[in-house]
This record gives sequence, structure tokens and C-alpha cells, in this order.
Amino acid sequence: MKTKTILLATFAAVAVAALPVVAAQTGMFPQRAGAKPPLPKPVPAGDVFTREQIGHALAPPTPGAGRTVAPAAAAPQDDGQWTMPAKNYAATRYTSLNEITPANAKNLQEVFSFSLGVNKGQEAAPIVVDNTMYVVSAFPNHVYALDLTKEGAPLKWSYNPKPVPAAAGVACCDVVNRGGAYADGKFVFNTLDGATIALDAKTGKEVWRTQLGDINKGESVTMAPLIAGGKVLVGNSGGEFGVHGWLTALDLGSGKIAWRAYHTGPDDQALIGKDFHPFYAMDRGKDLGVKSWPAGAWQIGGGTMWGWIAYDPATQTIFYGTANPGPWNQLQRPGDNKWTAGLFARDVNTGQAKWFYQMNPHDEHDYDGINEQLLLDMPFGGKMREVLLHPDRNGYVYVVDRETGQVLSADPYGPVNSSKGVNLKTGRLIVNPAKETHLGQVVHDICPTASGAKDWNPSSFSPRTGLVYIPHENLCMDWMNLEVNYISGTPYVGAEVKMKPGPGGHRGELTAWDPVLRKPAWTIREDLPVWSGTVSTGGDLVFYGTMDGWFKAVDARTGKLVWKQKLESGIIGQPISYKGPDSHQYVAVLSGVGGWSGAIVSGPLDPRDGSSALGFVNTMTDLPNRTTAGGTLHVFALPH
Amino acid sequence: MTLALALGACDQAKDDTSTGTFAPAGPGAPAQRDVALVPGGGDLVTAPDRRALPYLDNAAAVTEGMQLYNQMNCVGCHFNGGGGIGPPLMDTSWTYGGRLDQIYDTIYFGRANGMPAWGGKLTDDQIWKIASYVRSMSLPETIAANGNGTPSQHPAPVPREADAFDGWHVPKEAGS
Repeated sequence: MKTKTILLATFAAVAVAALPVVAAQTGMFPQRAGAKPPLPKPVPAGDVFTREQIGHALAPPTPGAGRTVAPAAAAPQDDGQWTMPAKNYAATRYTSLNEITPANAKNLQEVFSFSLGVNKGQEAAPIVVDNTMYVVSAFPNHVYALDLTKEGAPLKWSYNPKPVPAAAGVACCDVVNRGGAYADGKFVFNTLDGATIALDAKTGKEVWRTQLGDINKGESVTMAPLIAGGKVLVGNSGGEFGVHGWLTALDLGSGKIAWRAYHTGPDDQALIGKDFHPFYAMDRGKDLGVKSWPAGAWQIGGGTMWGWIAYDPATQTIFYGTANPGPWNQLQRPGDNKWTAGLFARDVNTGQAKWFYQMNPHDEHDYDGINEQLLLDMPFGGKMREVLLHPDRNGYVYVVDRETGQVLSADPYGPVNSSKGVNLKTGRLIVNPAKETHLGQVVHDICPTASGAKDWNPSSFSPRTGLVYIPHENLCMDWMNLEVNYISGTPYVGAEVKMKPGPGGHRGELTAWDPVLRKPAWTIREDLPVWSGTVSTGGDLVFYGTMDGWFKAVDARTGKLVWKQKLESGIIGQPISYKGPDSHQYVAVLSGVGGWSGAIVSGPLDPRDGSSALGFVNTMTDLPNRTTAGGTLHVFALPH
Repeated sequence: MTLALALGACDQAKDDTSTGTFAPAGPGAPAQRDVALVPGGGDLVTAPDRRALPYLDNAAAVTEGMQLYNQMNCVGCHFNGGGGIGPPLMDTSWTYGGRLDQIYDTIYFGRANGMPAWGGKLTDDQIWKIASYVRSMSLPETIAANGNGTPSQHPAPVPREADAFDGWHVPKEAGS
């Protein structure tokens, strides 16, 4: 009552000045600092299925039938540049440069670094064209062009797109950006508030800017564009905001919209017509994007596209996956929820769908399908097959015929108990009823977790080893559904999630996956989730980063660690390797922890609430004690 | 966070200009004026809004506020106080002020970095109740009642003395 008297009777300035002291003395306002909730217990090994129990293939391995390679049209001979995040249309993230090897990597040293001026999660790949390096920062999406021909790589130009600050309010999982791409003298990238911008690569002057998304509807854009067939391909984010997901093609020259394909709704909006020939019966029928939903629910049903697109120039076909249906509470959307959580093949010129395959019909666990597709020609069933390889959030690495959309094999590469394999006759995921989700009731130890056996962070493929280097997670979760109302521009989730370590207690892995033998050649266990991409090289190295800031090189054949360097912040970016103006090999990566997994640091969030950041905080409470927020480009080379 | 504060300060300066809080200045005299560097109505000479009083020491207000917080999807951004898209609410950092009327303002008007404006969409009474639940999240009583690892499920009423704390350290000169 004394306090009240002061407040009402005297100048508030006095009261305000005096009271925090009182508060501190009485411990009335506990500080976040020092709160270190323990990590949750790992899920027991016996609670997940073995690879042998749930892996399936149409035929046994036939490694003698040929060598696995990327198709030449999609992965042309290496020119030492890095024009798109995935290196090439086959998305191999492989450079043939071989100056750096397992024998000499120990001599790697930093050549230069550059602060991005933004301390949020940095997920972009640096782009290298004509001896210039282009980098896009996390929101507010600054672009920097660095001159690699001069000592210290000085800034040539920078560009500030000035996105609307409110865009940060509709970004589900930190304000990340996955980079830009170069073509025809233009550097093209997206902003969080939903614009696609083409800059003159030489001057940094804006050539065109096209607004694609509307933050008032919950739309944002975080992906890197793919430039293919004269089109710039961009999808929206906002699967946690009840948006209507789409992929849009812009004309590279003018920035005008060429076509837009929605991922829910009637066939004419989904660009599904006479050329559409899905392999499985479950994906056939008229207007399934409407009929597989409760009335009207498709309009706010998600199915966004914020990940990776591969492109086969030989057939002018793009391949990409669609994200989760919304809301997360599956009870509010009975049905298969087409065309979410599946793979599309489309004509790049018209956007018309060729086939679709739904990995997760009626997804119950936030298993977006937006992860990378690697285009490979590999031996299967005694002959060479043209396939795409897709490590999905649901824990299976899918090998799919590029022409037909038929699944040749589906094997778990991380902890799985939410399903019991993929039925290769029907194509349908065999959902485990014990891990289905319920209203107001916690279902424990679901594997993989909502962010998947892996999330967006892309794999690489070395034609020298025939292995796919998959950076991924070993996490599971507890899940409870809650009723949720749709209010435009606000989250539309309806689930309380708490993540936890998978069997073994380590939270991340780098798996060298043999797609022909359908098993790992080797696996590295990491304490923290691996949220960076990988790059593999002609010198038989694989580079990746850890969330506590170690940038590592391992032997591509054995997984043996040959070099590591501690950076100023955790690494969740995409490493690349390029040939400098001096013809030497360089390796570049962004540090700056954040993203969904690192939001506890970049937020910063309070570790006492495990449900924070859609439940990721629950299993990352130690991260704030191991790294701090940052945002820096680092470039390495051998002494020369 | 620094950016947010800086923007807030600019906004506040503009507001003060528009509401005419200039120091008296005669013709030809150099203009003198005071600006509030503390955002969100946290000006040191602003008395708390008396409309907050019924929501202090009010157990029903925080309980109803919790229901509204969930129904209006506040939970989708701030979760159970730990934050995610929006900042944490169970700690003692307040970007725009931690007094009940400052929290009310944040909910009513929204904030530039992504907080939607709920004024006109919810009643004033509802906004005050959500504000009181938000303020309750960092109370030691609420934190001590943390059950099953999910905080803020048993919110304690906001005591009157808590409302004097706006989340900033006030410079010594200001109070002495």
C-alpha cells in the first residue's frame, strides 16, 4: 500500500527511480541470466525402429551396374565459380577443386573475414562470380559484393532493400535468408517481407523489384531463388501462419510474374492439367487440393515452399517439395491435405505439374517436404536409373524416378518411430498409430522431431565417393494438440511441442549415405544438431559447421576429422568452395547462430520455457552457454 | 533489440512533437523541448494510467487473460513466456515498458517490429486482462508455480507494487 501512495501522491519519476532498487533487494524480478534448465533425457534406443525393420526398396542393391554420377546437363564441368547456393541444378554442392586434401587441410588458415552487421541466424551461401563474392545477410537482408581480386576483399558495393520491419513478426523461426543466385549479369535475392529483387551484379543498382508476398496474410520469404530456364523461382514461407502456399516464376529479364502454382486448392490454381501423371493412385483425382480438406480449410492450409528446387535442363523440369499443412493440430483438417508435404515435378516454362508424390499424406508432425533434391544417375535393379534423392523431414531418404515419380527405395537415416516404413506398392507412408497426435493429451517420444531427421540444411554429393553427405538431427519430441483459431497475420499452429535428444543423447549427425547400398558408409555424431549444409570437394573433403562455432573438414572417405577452426559464433550456413583469381582453392562459410534451432541465442529466448520456438528451446538450453549471436563471413585457404 | 529501442525512441520523439510538449519559447528564442528517450509511454514524468488499477491484485483478470492470450494466438509468438517470434515475457526485459499500462499500449497499438495492433479488435477490458497475464508471467509466484515444465499456467495476480517497475534502470539524475 505504501507503493500505491507514492505512485499516486508524488511525481512518478521518484517512484520509478526508487522501486527497482526495492525490487532487486526482495528478489521480486528474477533475471534470466543463470537459469540453466537441464537437458531432457534422450529417447531410449529401443523406442525407435532399426533401418532393417522399416527400410524398403523395389529391388536389392546392384552396385555393379554402374557408377553414381550427377547428370551432366544439370551438373556441368566445374568452372570454379559458385553461381547458385546448390552449386548446380543437380544440387550436388560438389566442387572438383582438389588443392585442399585430407593431408594438407591442417594448414588451412583464414584469409579474410567480413562482418554482416546483423546478429541473427545466417543461413545463406556466399555466391562467387567473376572474382566477386556476393553475400545476403539475415533480415534486414543487406547484400554485400566483395572484390576478390584485391587484398582483404574490399567492399565493391552494398545494397539495403529496406524491408518492412513488421516482417519479423511473421517469421516463424528466426529471420533467416538462404542466399541469392546469379544469372545474366544479375544478382537475385528475396527479402523477408516478400519481395524478389534483381540487382546489377557489377554496380549493385536495382534492376527490378517485384512484391510477391503479403505479410498481413502471414506470408514471408526466406528461401534462395533458383534461376532456371530464364525464370526466377520463389516460394512463400508462413506454414505456421495459415497462408496459402505457392511457388511463383518471374521472368528474369523483367521481374514480371510468369506463373504461380498454389499448393492447395482447385486444379487450375495448382496448375494441374492434362500433363499431370502421378505414379500412385492416392495422388490421382480431380481437385484433390479441395476435396482432401474440410470445406474451405485449403485456403489457410499452408503448403508453402521455402526450401530447395532442382532442375533438369534436359527435360526442362523442376523438382521441389511442398511444406506442412496447417494448422499443426491435425484434428482440425481431416483428409490427405493435398498438395502439402509432397514432391512436385513441373514444367519450368508453364508451371504445369507433371507428377506429384505425397511423402506425408495428412501430416501430423510438421514434416515439411521442402528439403533438397539431388539429381543422380545411379545403378538400381541391375541398370542405371535417372533418380532424385530426397532426405525428408520424416526420416526417410527417398530415391525417386525423375521421370515417373515412382519411389524406388525409402530408408530411414535418423531415428524413426512415427511411421513403420513406406509401402512401395501404394507409395503411402505407414503411419504408426502409437505416435499419432491427440487433443489436450501429450504423446511422448515421437521420432523424428518436428524439424525432422533433417531440416532445410542441404546435403552434398561427391561423384568420387558416390556418397551423399547428409547433415542432420537426432531429435525426438513430445506433442500435444490444442484448438487454434485462425486470425490473419498471427500464428496458426495449435500444438505444444517439446523436443528432446534421440537415442544416444547426441543431437546431431553427419551421415555419409550410400544411396546404392542404402546404408551409411560412416556417421559422425555431434553433440548439437547439425544445422549447416555440407560441401564436398575433389580433394575428398567434406566441410560443415557446428552450432557452437566449429568449422570442420573431414575425410570424405572415412569421416576422419582433419581440420577444425573455432569461429566467433555458431554455424548454420552453407559452406562453399571456389577458385580465387590466383587459381587457388578457397572455402567460405557464414557464421552466426540462429534459425529455428538456434533461436534461443539469436532471439534471445528464455530457456525456462521449453515450449518456446515451437518446442526447440527444450533441447537447446545449453546453447547460450556455448556461443553468442553473430554474423560474419569467413574465408579460408592453404598458405600460398 | 538495439534497433527496436532506437526506433521506439524516434517514434516517441515524434509523438511528443505532435502532442505539443514543447518548453515555452518566446519569439526568436532558440527552441527548447524535452523528448522522452524511454519508449512506449515510459516517459519518466508520465504517471501510470489509472485504468490499470482494477486489474491489479485481480486473480480473475490474469486467469481470463491467460484464456484470451491462447485464443488470440499470442501464445503462437510468445509461447508460454519464453518467446519465439516475439520476445520472452517471463523475464524482466521490457522493450516497450513493463508497467501494466505500457503493456496495454503495446497490445492496443502494436509495435513496429511485428507486434500486431489489437485496439478495436478486442475490448479494452480484454486487452487489460491480457496485459495483466503478460505482466504476471515474470512474477516469482507465477514462476514458482511452474508445473510439468510449462511455465505461466498458474498465473499469480499482479500486485500493485509490481506495476511501478517498468523494466528499465532509471538514471540516477532523474530520480534525485
